[in-house]
Amino acid sequence: MIHFDQVSKRYQSGHEALRNVSFRLAAGEMAFLTGHSGAGKTTLLRLVALVERASRGQVFIGGQNLNRLVRRKIPYFRRNIGLVFQDHRLLPERTVFDNVALPLVIAGARHQEIARRVRAALDKVGLLGKERLHPLTLSGGEQQRVGIARAVVNKPPILLADEPTGNLDPELSREVMGLFNSFSDFGVTVLIATHDIELIRRMGTRTLVLNKGYLVDG
Amino acid sequence: MAKATNAQFMRGSRFQLRAWFLRHLQTLFSALGELTRSPLGTAMTAGVIGIALALPAGLYVLLDNVQAVGQNWDAKAEISLFLNERIDDRAAGRFATTLRQRPELRHVQLVTRAEALEEYRQLSGFAEALGTFEQENPLPALVLVEPTLRYSESEAIRGLVAELGGLPEVELAQFDLEWLQRLHAIIRTLKRGVVVLAALLALGVLLIVGNTIRLGIENRRAEIEIIQLVGATDAFIRRPFLYTGFCYGLLGAVMAWLLVEGGLWLVRGPLGTLASMYQADFLLASLSLPASLVLCMVGALLGLAGSWLAVHRHLHGVEAE
Repeated sequence: MIHFDQVSKRYQSGHEALRNVSFRLAAGEMAFLTGHSGAGKTTLLRLVALVERASRGQVFIGGQNLNRLVRRKIPYFRRNIGLVFQDHRLLPERTVFDNVALPLVIAGARHQEIARRVRAALDKVGLLGKERLHPLTLSGGEQQRVGIARAVVNKPPILLADEPTGNLDPELSREVMGLFNSFSDFGVTVLIATHDIELIRRMGTRTLVLNKGYLVDG
Repeated sequence: MAKATNAQFMRGSRFQLRAWFLRHLQTLFSALGELTRSPLGTAMTAGVIGIALALPAGLYVLLDNVQAVGQNWDAKAEISLFLNERIDDRAAGRFATTLRQRPELRHVQLVTRAEALEEYRQLSGFAEALGTFEQENPLPALVLVEPTLRYSESEAIRGLVAELGGLPEVELAQFDLEWLQRLHAIIRTLKRGVVVLAALLALGVLLIVGNTIRLGIENRRAEIEIIQLVGATDAFIRRPFLYTGFCYGLLGAVMAWLLVEGGLWLVRGPLGTLASMYQADFLLASLSLPASLVLCMVGALLGLAGSWLAVHRHLHGVEAE
């Protein structure tokens, strides 16, 4: 599902964020992406979501060569990828329902469809009943789960998470990771960037380790 | 079979059209909602646009009114022939009869000295003062002639005036409409001026709307980044801003209409009094319905164009993160 072929990313500042990275992630597979800060975890995720383009090498997502994807088609491509951020990135002025509904509204889904899917997603993260609240009235863990519900509401085949447990206590982290695990059981390809070594060890899933831009393990 | 597929397709496209229409309607209402949430800011922006549009619109209405006054006199290109003082009423009558023989004159009217005095007495309000002139009427006889030529054929008319002025009975031949021609020339110049002014102010409106929308984009930068990351197309992101600009322009046009009509209403009373002093029956015309619609359309289009410029200029600056 995700295939990196000798990918390098060099920023305009001259910083070499990724060097010659190659790996494959099968459909339905879940993997962690780890390494010290600045090792290139975020850059790798940004290449998958096509926020950045590779300087060298090729990235294939679902068989599609991202080098060949024109700018105009990027929005449609992104609808296949659910994104979860460390800082949640919710819209503070909209309700939980509206936040989760966003990808469906953008895709032009119909009203009843939106209501049904948003409730299903909120139910999955255990937040049904909080639809009418605003994100800032929720706890950090709840906000993160709203972010996850938004990422999965349109059932994307790929789910990317950048430090999703960065601001959560161990108990909540375990809960969130359990959620990701259940998505991969449903066939979603999950890639999670984290430096929570403790958690990774406990989960025992595949781990890609980056060091100074090189993929050293995985 | 083919029929069924076709029907299905039609149904599908109709649903799509409906969804598209609903989405636009939704965006329009959310843009309106956004505007009503900050009524003061909206009113101020619409007010500035309104004033910018009201200036050329108001001037245009005024010039149109002046031109309409002129047009009422257009048909009659009248030449006044003031006769020599030595010509008495009988001689004047003979002179008028000879003029009536001329094919180039459509209409000839004689105003005898007595009639002229009577008319002057009635219209001027100087009846008492004129009483002293009773024995010695100072006014000359007057022959009003109307040439078959249109007043627009000014060269030919000028020739005719010169010819009539050369007749021995005539003291002075005056083509009354010369001033009207000058007036028309002045109006044409002013109208051109209004067009230039309107173009400048339209540019101003573009900049006002553009800047307002730019600020809106800045304020919602974080939100735009987020919806870009969840797969919003440029068109989706642009749409609310375009509707907002459209609404600003339309509100500004309505404001301009109110300003112009309010201004005309204020001027109408005193102007009526002034006109009645000149025995003129003159009513200041408002903006016509087509002109009002054009005003609204121009406002809305300027708003749309201004926001389009801002969105194109600044949205490309917002790339996720």
